[in-house]
This record gives sequence, C-alpha cells and structure tokens, in this order.
Amino acid sequence: MNRLSYIGARLIKTVLVALTVVLLSFFLVRLAPGDTATVMAGQAGFADEAFMKSLRAEYGLDQPVPVQLWKYLSAVAKGDLGSSFVRRQPVLDVILERLPNTLLLNGFALLVAIAGGVAMGMMAARRPGSAMDASMTVLSMVFYAMPQFWLGMMAMLMFSVWLGWLPPFGLETMGADYTGLARIGDIAVHMILPGVTLALYFMASYARLTRTAMIEVADQDFVKTARAKGLREGQVARRHILRNALIPLITFAGLQSAILVGGSVLVENVFSWPGIGTLAYEAVTTRDNPLLLGIFIVTAVLVGLFNLATDIAYSIADPRVELGR
Amino acid sequence: MRHFLRIFLSRPIPLAGLAIFAVIVALALLAPLLFARGPFIIVGMPLLPPGAPGLLAGSDVLGRDMAVGLAYGARISLLVGITSTLGAVGIGVLLGAVAGYYGGWLDDLLMRVTEFFQIIPNFVLLMVLVAFLQPSLSSTVIGIALVTWPQVARVVRGEFLSLRGREFVQAARTLGMRDGAIIFTQILPNALPPIIVVGSMMVGSAILTESALSFLGLSDPNLLSWGSMIGGSRSAMWVAWWTTVLPGLAIMITVLALNFIGDGLNDALNPRRRR
Repeated sequence: MNRLSYIGARLIKTVLVALTVVLLSFFLVRLAPGDTATVMAGQAGFADEAFMKSLRAEYGLDQPVPVQLWKYLSAVAKGDLGSSFVRRQPVLDVILERLPNTLLLNGFALLVAIAGGVAMGMMAARRPGSAMDASMTVLSMVFYAMPQFWLGMMAMLMFSVWLGWLPPFGLETMGADYTGLARIGDIAVHMILPGVTLALYFMASYARLTRTAMIEVADQDFVKTARAKGLREGQVARRHILRNALIPLITFAGLQSAILVGGSVLVENVFSWPGIGTLAYEAVTTRDNPLLLGIFIVTAVLVGLFNLATDIAYSIADPRVELGR
Repeated sequence: MRHFLRIFLSRPIPLAGLAIFAVIVALALLAPLLFARGPFIIVGMPLLPPGAPGLLAGSDVLGRDMAVGLAYGARISLLVGITSTLGAVGIGVLLGAVAGYYGGWLDDLLMRVTEFFQIIPNFVLLMVLVAFLQPSLSSTVIGIALVTWPQVARVVRGEFLSLRGREFVQAARTLGMRDGAIIFTQILPNALPPIIVVGSMMVGSAILTESALSFLGLSDPNLLSWGSMIGGSRSAMWVAWWTTVLPGLAIMITVLALNFIGDGLNDALNPRRRR
C-alpha cells in the first residue's frame, strides 16, 4: 500500500467516525425527557395541545424517525447544528467563537507536556534506576491519582492566592485593554496556570514513553555505529537516539488528544478560561441541550482530525512503518 | 491462590494500599452510625477552620461539618467506583468474549467500536449522557460504565483470542460442550487475572470521573460527594483552604490506595511481570 492510498483509507476512517458521532448524537437527544417542543413550550411558559402540535410540525418532530434522521444528517452536513435554546444563536457560531481559546490552551499544554516530558525522560534514561528515575515514577503515580480540576485549584491557591505570582483566572486582565505585544504577553501570563495544569497530567506519561524508547533505541546497532565513529555521548543522545525515540510520541499525542480535550473542559472551568469547556458548563447549568450536543460533535470531529494528522505525520516520520491495516 | 497471596502480601506498597482502603471502606460503612444526622445539617458558623471546637475538619460555606461530609462522600465515591466498574466489566467481558471466541465480522465490528471510543472525547460524551439522562447516582454509574467498557472488552478479546485454540478448549469441544459453556466455564476462568487487574485500575479512575462530574454539578443534588464538596466551595477557596483541599486529598488518597492495590495485583497475577 503506498502512502496516498494509506492517507485515503485513514481519511475514510475519520469520516466514518464523524458520521458515527452524528448518528450517536441523533439518538442521544432521545434520551432526554421531553422533546424540543416541550422545552420550547416550557420556556414560553404556556402550552396547550394545539401549540405543541404546531411546534412539533414546525420542527418536523411529527415525522417518522428515518425522515427526521435524514433531515438531521443533511443539516449537520451543511454545518447546521441547531440553535442554542438559551442564546438563540446558531450552535456552531457560539462554539466557533470560543474555539480559538480552547485550541490555544490545548496547543500550549501539548507543547509543555511534550517538552517537559521529553526532558524528564531523557534525564531518567541516562541512568535507569537512579533517584531521578524513581522519583519520576512516584510523581506520575501521585499525578494520576489527583482529580485534574483539583490540581488546578491547588496551583491557583499556591501561585495566585498565597504567592501572588500569577493571575488566577480569565484570558486577560479585565479592563486593561492592552493591545499588540502587551496583550499577547498578558494572555500568555494568564495561560501559564491552566496550561501547566493540563500539561502536568500528560508530562508524566510522555516522560515514561521517552524513557522507555530511549533505553530501547540506545541498544540498536546504528547507535553503536555512532559511538564507534567517535561522537560524544551528548551528540549520540540528541541526534541519534532522541530522534528515533520521538516517533512513538507522535502517535501517543494523537491518542491522548481525546483525554486532553476532556481535561480541558474541567481546567477551563477552574480558571474561567473562556473556551469550549466553560461553554459546556454553561450549557449544562442552563440545560441547553443542543449546545452541549454541538460541543460533543465539534470536539469529537476535531480530535478525529488531529488523529488523522498524527497518523499521517507518523507515516512520514518513520519509513519503517507498515502502511497496511 | 496461595502463591498469589504470598506475592501480593509480601510487598509493602499493595499492603499499604489495602490498609488505607480498608479504613476508607470502614468510614463509608460506619458514616450513618457515627453521624446519624447526615451531612447536610448545619452545625455552626460557616468557614470555621479545622480544629475549632467539635469540628475536626472545620465547617464549609454553609456551616456544615466537613468531617461528616468527608465520611458520607466516601460512600458515594466507593459506590460509584465499584458499581460502574462492575457494569463496565460485565459488558466488556460479554462482548470481548464473543468477539474473541467467534472472530470474524463480530470481532471486526467490536474492534471498530472500541477504536471509536478511543478517538472520541469520552468525558464530553459522559457529560452529554448524564445531562440528558438527568443527573443522578444511577445516570452517573450507567454513564461511566458505558464509556469505559471498551477497555475491558479489548483485554478480554485478546485473552480469548489466544486461549481459544488451546488443547483444553479443543478437548471441551470434542466432548460436545456448547459454545456458551466453553466460554464461561472453560476459557473465562483462565482469562480472569488480566480482567481483575484492569478492573482494579478502573475503580480508581471511575472515582476520579465521578468527582469531576459532581464538581461540574452533574450529580444528584441530594447527595453530598467529594467532588460536589469541592465544586460548592469554589467561592470560599480564597479564605478557607480546607473546604477544597480536604475533599481533594480524600479523593487522591483513595485513588492512590486503589492504584497501589492494582499494581500489587498486577505483580502477583501477571506472569510476565514476575521477577
């Protein structure tokens, strides 16, 4: 199988995942008690049979399920995710307005996690079984046992409340009206606490992965060759071992992105970061079901696309990869 | 069995995990006896620090005894952690066994489904499930079981795939045993160790997930859980650290104890990790 048909196959897979997500959403709506008409009637404050009937006709709720499903699918395909009960705006618009903030936070967290994890993993791999190695294992066990939102609150308590080093919440200083570089700096400072909180959880696993991969790669023949050529240890580690050890990280980053997004929902809420996560919380508290469902669809599709991207990157980075399956 | 116990009990970390877990279970079981009035009773001024007269862990935003809340919270965490894991293991074993035993299109389908669950953001799906089913103890348990069973199914399928060709299975088939009997009385007992290990690890993560849901307010408002204690104290965090620190520590210690136990089970049951 050549690379193009591999990418094609992965693309079809991603489309199928997206389609399944939308199908699932269609049936999830039916879990909630009542239908759109009862909710609308409830908000309007009155409901008689005729009014409910006209609402059901207006939203096509009186039609057979397959017809409703077809209508729903074609609407979603056109980017119509319904409209928010509370905001009275198209769901997609509400989400797209908040999406950049979430992408910024998640991107930053991913970078911090990879950079920190690789650095820690390299240090631990230098001497397996050392104090550094052991303390990393303990640290990752403790991090995995903490609720991530609580870790964020503790970080806020420490660095904002007690030490006063970092701003506790928001995207930027309210009322400061910074522009240009000052604004970028302001946002960056606000991003440190939520970003690092999100990243810490993954840093431990990246460190473990890097450590294992480095120890494994260090045994291979081309590394011996590099040493035999007379390269210094640091050069061997960076140029020869690390490069090859990084490849599994790409796939891992893709697989973990679904967990990253879930964590981001919680961390955004702790730090009042105006992204999709705080939006999801608003949707829950105001019972805005179309908005919550829209967030599920959009995040699932984004994670699917990210997985597609990492799979393609992986096939390019590692020529030994089998393109089948 | 004796061999298993010898390995499990000879290590300090699983043993410590077991001891801590026993204390938490005892606290959860005894909470209604120790604090018969329940966790919602106001006992004094709000936000009294730990150590104030009669208040071991201080009081919360509404003047309720934090210690009572922590004891009752343990009930919810353990109940959700254990029942949702049992649910996930039940679904996972059934589907994983069928897929691994029969193979073919059933297996293909199941693998697509587990892959699907790996790609989608499970926590967001869980929020949708719980919100749409109406937040309650049962919707939390059902929701967590529904998003976590694929992990179990993967493990079970792998075990069945490798065991179904063994001599003892062929012998059972030659004797005319039905498929159902072979799956449950012949293969399943041999596939149990990895299932137990995965299950023990899932209890801890289910407790973390429950705390996250109730932190966001997606839980039964008539039950106090560690997550809802943290969520309800957010506004007081600046002046009363104990209202958020203590429930979080309770979650962390419980999950850590469970992970220690899981690690010990893994060492004792997994022949590849035996040194």
